[in-house]
Parts: sequence; C-alpha cells; structure tokens
Amino acid sequence: MATQALTVPVERENYLNAGYGVKSWLLTTDHKRIAILYLISITLMFFIGGFFATMIRLELLTPQGDLMSHDTYNKMFTMHGIVMVFFFLIPSIPATLGNFLIPMMIGAKDLAFPRINLLSWYIYIVSAALMIYVILTGGVDTGWTFYAPFSTTYSNTNVLLAGIAIFINGFSSILTGLNFIVTTHRMRAPGLTWNRLPLFVWSHYATSVIQVLGTPVIAITLALVAIERVWHVGIFDPKVGGDPVLFQHLFWFYSHPAVYIMILPSMAVMSEIITCFSRKRIFGYHFVALASIGIAVLGFLVWAHHLFVAGISAYAALVFSLLSYFVAVPSAIKVFNWTATMYKGSIAMRTPMLYAMGFIGLFTMGGMTGLFLAALGIDAHVTDTYFVIAHFHFIMVGGAVMAYLAGIHFWWPKITGRMYPEAWGKIAAGLVFIGFNLTFLPQFVLGYVGMTRRYHEYKPEFQVLNVLSSAGASILAVGYLLPLVYLLWSLRYGPLAGDNPWAAQGLEWKTASPPPTFNFDETPVVTWEAYDYDQMPKEVPVGS
Amino acid sequence: MEQQRESTTLGMWIFLVTEIMFFGGLFTAYLIYRIQYPQVWEYCSRHHMEFKLGTLNTVILLCSSLTVALSVHAIQMGQKKLTALLLFATVLMGLGFLGIKSIEYHNHYLEGSVPGAFWHMEVENPDGTHYPAPHEYQLFFYLYFVMTGLHALHVTIGVVALALIGLWAWQGKYTPEYHNPVHITGLYWHFVDLVWIFLFPLLYLIAGK
Repeated sequence: MATQALTVPVERENYLNAGYGVKSWLLTTDHKRIAILYLISITLMFFIGGFFATMIRLELLTPQGDLMSHDTYNKMFTMHGIVMVFFFLIPSIPATLGNFLIPMMIGAKDLAFPRINLLSWYIYIVSAALMIYVILTGGVDTGWTFYAPFSTTYSNTNVLLAGIAIFINGFSSILTGLNFIVTTHRMRAPGLTWNRLPLFVWSHYATSVIQVLGTPVIAITLALVAIERVWHVGIFDPKVGGDPVLFQHLFWFYSHPAVYIMILPSMAVMSEIITCFSRKRIFGYHFVALASIGIAVLGFLVWAHHLFVAGISAYAALVFSLLSYFVAVPSAIKVFNWTATMYKGSIAMRTPMLYAMGFIGLFTMGGMTGLFLAALGIDAHVTDTYFVIAHFHFIMVGGAVMAYLAGIHFWWPKITGRMYPEAWGKIAAGLVFIGFNLTFLPQFVLGYVGMTRRYHEYKPEFQVLNVLSSAGASILAVGYLLPLVYLLWSLRYGPLAGDNPWAAQGLEWKTASPPPTFNFDETPVVTWEAYDYDQMPKEVPVGS
Repeated sequence: MEQQRESTTLGMWIFLVTEIMFFGGLFTAYLIYRIQYPQVWEYCSRHHMEFKLGTLNTVILLCSSLTVALSVHAIQMGQKKLTALLLFATVLMGLGFLGIKSIEYHNHYLEGSVPGAFWHMEVENPDGTHYPAPHEYQLFFYLYFVMTGLHALHVTIGVVALALIGLWAWQGKYTPEYHNPVHITGLYWHFVDLVWIFLFPLLYLIAGK
C-alpha cells in the first residue's frame, strides 16, 4: 500500500494510509481493515481447499486408484470439504464484503461492536491455525459431515482436534452475525428506514439470523462427538445405546441452513450488481427483501431431507420433502426479480455483471436439481452419488463463489481505490464459467448413471466423463488464479478509480475511494429509496 | 451513549439466543433418550440424583437472581456501595452453588456413576440383587454431566464477571447514567439461573418424589 504515496500526487487521508505498522493492522478496530484481514486469510484457506480439490480430480482421472491410497483419498475429500465449507464459504462474503460495506451502506462510522469484530477475526485465525495443524499432522477422514459412529468410535485420525477447530470457528461466525444484527438495528443513518435499506443489508441481516440460531447447534454437536471420543461413551454410537440418526438430525439442523449462510450473501451481492449494470431500480424491492427472510425461516425447516435414506419415518420424509419444495419459492422470487430488473435495462457487460449473469444461470440449475433431490423417489435413486455432488457444487461454487468474485470485482475500486484490468477480468470470468460447467455438468450424468461419491476408484465406463470433469477443473483453477494475479497487480499499477466509477447508487459510493477511516466526513441523511437509478447517468461510465 | 446502551443490551439478548440454541441441542438429545429409555431415566433420577442438594442449589440460584436484580436497581438509584455489596453477595451464592455441585460430582465419582474410565455403577433388582449397569445408564449420566457441566461453566464465567463488575462498582465506575455493564451482566446471570430452572426438574424430579 505504501507505493500509493509515490504515484498519487495529492493523497487524501484514508483507511489504508492511516497507519502502516503491523500493529496498526493487527490491533485495528476499523471494520474495513478487519475485512482486509479476513480477505487475506480466507483467500489462503481457499487455495488450501483448492489444493485438495486438485488432488481429488487428479486421482479421478483414471478408474484405478493409482495416485493415492483409499485412506489418503478419504482425507483429501474430507479436508477439501471442511476447509471450503467452514473456513472459506461461510465467512467469505459476510466477513469480507459484508464487513467492509454494511457500515458504509447504512451511513455508519463502524459496526456496533468494533472490538468484537476484531475478536471474531482472531477466533477465526486460531481455528484456522488449528485446522492447518490437523492437516499437517495427518488430516481427518470422516468426510466433512463427521457422521457417527465412524467419527466417534472408529476413525483413527485426529477427529477430536478437527472438531475443536470447527467448534472455535463457530464463535467467529456467531460474533459476526451478532454484530451485523445489532448494527442494522441501531446504526442506520437518519432517514434510512427499513424500506430504504439496500438489499445487500437485508440479505446479510437474514444471514446473520441463521448464523446466530444455527451455529451453536453444530458447536454443541461436535462437542458431543469430541467428548464421546474422549470418554468412549456414546450418545451417537448404537453399540452403546446411542442413536447415529440423532447426530444426523443435529448436524443438518445447522448444516442445511449453513447453505443459506453461503447463498444469502451471494444474493446480497447480486441485487447490488444487477441494478447497477442494468441502470434500473430493482424489480419488486419488498419481495426480494422478504424473500431473504423467508429463506432464513424456511431454511431451518428442511434439514431432514438429508436423511431420506437414513431410516426416518415415511411421514417425516413426506413433510420434509414438501417443505423443501417450499424453500425454492423465495429463491425463485429472487431469480425472477433479478431477471425482471434486467428486462429493458441498459445493460453494461462489465466483469461483475458477467459473473452475476453466470450466477443466475448456475444458481437456477443448482436450485432446480435441488428440487429433484427433494422428491423422495429420485432422492433414493441418487443419494450419495455424483448427482448430489454436482447439485451442491452448482450452489456453492456456481452460486456462492461466482457471487463472491462478482462482489470482489465490483467493490475492488472502492476497497483499494484502483481499477482492476477489465479485459483480464472478462477473460477470467469466462474461464470460470466454462471451467465450472465442464467440471460439474458431467457429474450430474455420472451420478444419475450410478457413480457413487467418496470412492477413489470407479468403473471404467465412467472414465470419459471423469476426464472431462478433471479437464474442466484445470480450466477452473486458471480462472481462479488469474484474478489473484491481476488484482494484486492492480494494487500498484491499476488506474485510479475515483469515488464512483460505476455511477452506482448506494451510500458506499458517496464517499472517497478508498474511504476515510470513519467512512463519511459527515453523517449522511437519506431521503431516497434504494436503487434510485432514475437520478443517475443512463450508462455506466465508459472509462471505468 | 444512549445508542451504545441500547446496542449492548440488544447484543446481549442476541447472545443469549445463541446460548439457548447451544443448550437446545443438549435438551433435544435428552428428550430423545428419555423417550427411548424411560425406565432408565426414572431409575437414575430416583436413586442417583441428590434431590436435597439440587433443591438447595435451586434456592441459592433463585436468591442470587434477586440480588442481581436489586443491584441493577441500586445503581439506577446511584447507591454505588450497595450495588457492589449486592453483586458480591451474588458472587458468594454462585460460589456456593459451584461448591454444592462439586460435592455432588464427588459423590457420583464415589458411587461410580461417572461415565468413562471410572464407571462401575450397579443397578439394583427388585429382589435386592445387583448387576452392572448397561450402556443406557451411562447415557443418562453422560447427558447429566455435559448439561450440568456446561451450566457450571456458565456459572463460573458469571461469577468472574460479576466479581469484576462488583469491584468496579465499589470503585465508583458506574452511575445512574452509565451502568450498562451491570445491566447486561445481570441479564446473563438471569439466563444462567433460568437454564438451571429447566435442568433441575429434568434431571432431579422426573421420578416424582
């Protein structure tokens, strides 16, 4: 960051040049700096998780288990899952973009509890360090789902420490959620009523509710697994009177809503980007806002659809199947409203918009195949096959990661004060989209014709589709590495962005780029509705 | 200042919601196994839960909630020393609770009803003979120790927090205008009390004394 001083003639005071020492970062309470700390940490975890994905796809190039033993393979997919879910996807958008933007979007100087915000990052770092220690000392082989009684009794790997790492990690998630809820309630600028609140904030509010309600349940569940391993007394091991299905209920009570912790912030990013690059007011503001809340509520009522073949009663399965269909409704409302927003809009095909449009397509496919899985008959056929793998990767990667990249590009000029190179951005977005589809579309077919998940060997007739999938994964990897390179490059060489390069609505664009430490020189007063693009230029500025 | 007060209060309420969900997982497990093994639960509660000590602890915690409530009132009236004394009384009762709880734990250790390596509990037949307790009996005590242990951990945290707040109150740090730490620590303590109100009947009273 120090180089900025050399290239910018007259530099305004901002959060980046407010202090250069290590201490000024590690002891900061500025939500923007904490967001940067999170950004660096989760990027590291993303590439660790990506390494494991690479190993999985390499092993699956051939039908024989020739690259690694089945035990090693079990560890690879377990740690891919744990790192990506708990250490990348769950904190991804909320802890970085949410942290950076929510106070600015509501015209506040900071979050309600700045020190708790820093604490949450330290908790994250402790848990991530513990997880890396587990990885370096041999890893875990239970699958990221930690199913009992394998996790409680039979696995010889370090399940205890991995469980503790995720237990600790949960508190960082809870504290972030708590902070966002209180901030949204108490810190809004004068005039910024709930009906004028950007949908980004609405969606994060819904996310936070899930984090606060769901995370403690997985924490106590993993604590029970840990105690069971230490005491050798089971509440989940059937051999000693316990019930493994209870574990699955408790686990999915959190881990299904956790999917909405990943996807709701993505939807938050979508609503901002699609309005800006369509130069239009969002279609059906209240429906989109309340759909977020609807997803948060319904998301808690569908967990047992992960247990359809685990021996739950037929009536329970019926009810959970029906409820799982219901949760598709608010998601569909959002997709329709974004599409309606784009209709007759003046669309600018910039990098964030390319990602956003990719999101709409991939998320829709992920959601629709979710409906297949909610149907009891189809679910029994494809449970634990690559169909399920493809389905949730469409949501988590095609949805959440695409939206994350969209958001990073969209707000990069605000965060750093510099533009990323647009041509490279478009190339990377294209590679991600092509690579993703090539990786995961074949997996739908593989699963449907019977390739089961979590094996390092498979029948020879599945090889063509697996080679396609691995080839796609390598394209995807290039698509992910490219932004890392050109975004870092842009920190020094990117053209200066100016305060509002996209001519976007939203309070965060009404202050400097990068923003001053306290965001606004004076507290803004809001007299307009969100996405009031009638007041803005009809096109996105060309130079940006 | 007013905004900060409202924020911390709201923050504490949300934190308590997460705590409810935290204990909620345990209550769910309790419910499942109580339905599955009703006789075991009844037997363990009748023969191994010390009803009198549990009742005494309930009384102690209820009284400590009263002193905390009074301390919040006292600081609003500006009576700083009285606030501190009431908080110290709460701390003493919290310590008393933990003391009695550890006596109970020690008794469980002596009678062999601690799950794991120390387990050597026996069940009495109607004819007076004994046989080693099967796995389900360990389940009851597993849940008993995790639930009351987690609760005791919360009591311990509360005792430390109240002692610090009491000390600062004695030094005159809080005033009728600024006393939110007293207020939110009090909220936390009431929650700890309330959890016990649920734990007590679920563990001690199910045999129907």
